[in-house]
Amino acid sequence: MSETAFYLLAIPTVLAASGVLLLRNPVHCALSLVVALFLIAGSYVALDAHLIAALQIIVYTGAVMVLFLFVIMLLNLQPDPDEGAHVLAKLGAGAAALGFAVIVGAIVGEWFETAPPPAVLAADFGTTRGVARTLFRDHLTAFELTSVLLLVAVVGAVVLAKRDRV
Amino acid sequence: MATAEHFVFLSALLFAIGAAGVVIRRSVIVMFMSIELMLNAANLTFVAFAQRLGNVDGQAVVFFVMTVAAAEAAVGLAIFLALFRNRQTLNADEIGLLEG
Repeated sequence: MSETAFYLLAIPTVLAASGVLLLRNPVHCALSLVVALFLIAGSYVALDAHLIAALQIIVYTGAVMVLFLFVIMLLNLQPDPDEGAHVLAKLGAGAAALGFAVIVGAIVGEWFETAPPPAVLAADFGTTRGVARTLFRDHLTAFELTSVLLLVAVVGAVVLAKRDRV
Repeated sequence: MATAEHFVFLSALLFAIGAAGVVIRRSVIVMFMSIELMLNAANLTFVAFAQRLGNVDGQAVVFFVMTVAAAEAAVGLAIFLALFRNRQTLNADEIGLLEG
């Protein structure tokens, strides 16, 4: 991926993510997040993670965000005119977040200076075959436990959202 | 040439935006969306290093993070529904049951 293509992808991603932070209306926030997650899927493609990119679009921009929008519209949430913390708190949070990004950037930059050269990728790296092989050979227990977790989450969500709780 | 390094920087920036969102916004649902953004930033780091090191384990971890995030979203939004039914608000400043 060329440098120009990276910035064409990265700058809209950051702008869309900032939309979640800055927009007043929760529906606009959610739509902004959909765009950000979709663009992150683009980053996954650039990083040879084709299966993960497809899952990102199906699971996140599809299922999870529809759930978010459904709840926002079900509750008919209005943009709050007084939404947001004190100005000082906002500035402090912004400065802290920026400081975090700079520190991580410095640490990661140093690591990459002394890092081993980029690995030669296997032919099936990031494809369904490649990921499935790792998933079912090395992480089979975790994979099976995930299904239990999802079952528990479904039951828990139904119990929590039920109107007449016992 | 854009390398994994570029994407790690991008994910640090996205994580910072998400963290700021949790602190600044007072609507619980928007705070929750910011958390999703932070999870995705962490995923991007995993994928970037998986590509850099040529190890698919990073992508397997992302798979698990996505599953847990989906479960978390379902339970979290159910909690918001119950919360809104009981308190008629989703503003974090007005939900202070544990303040004493």
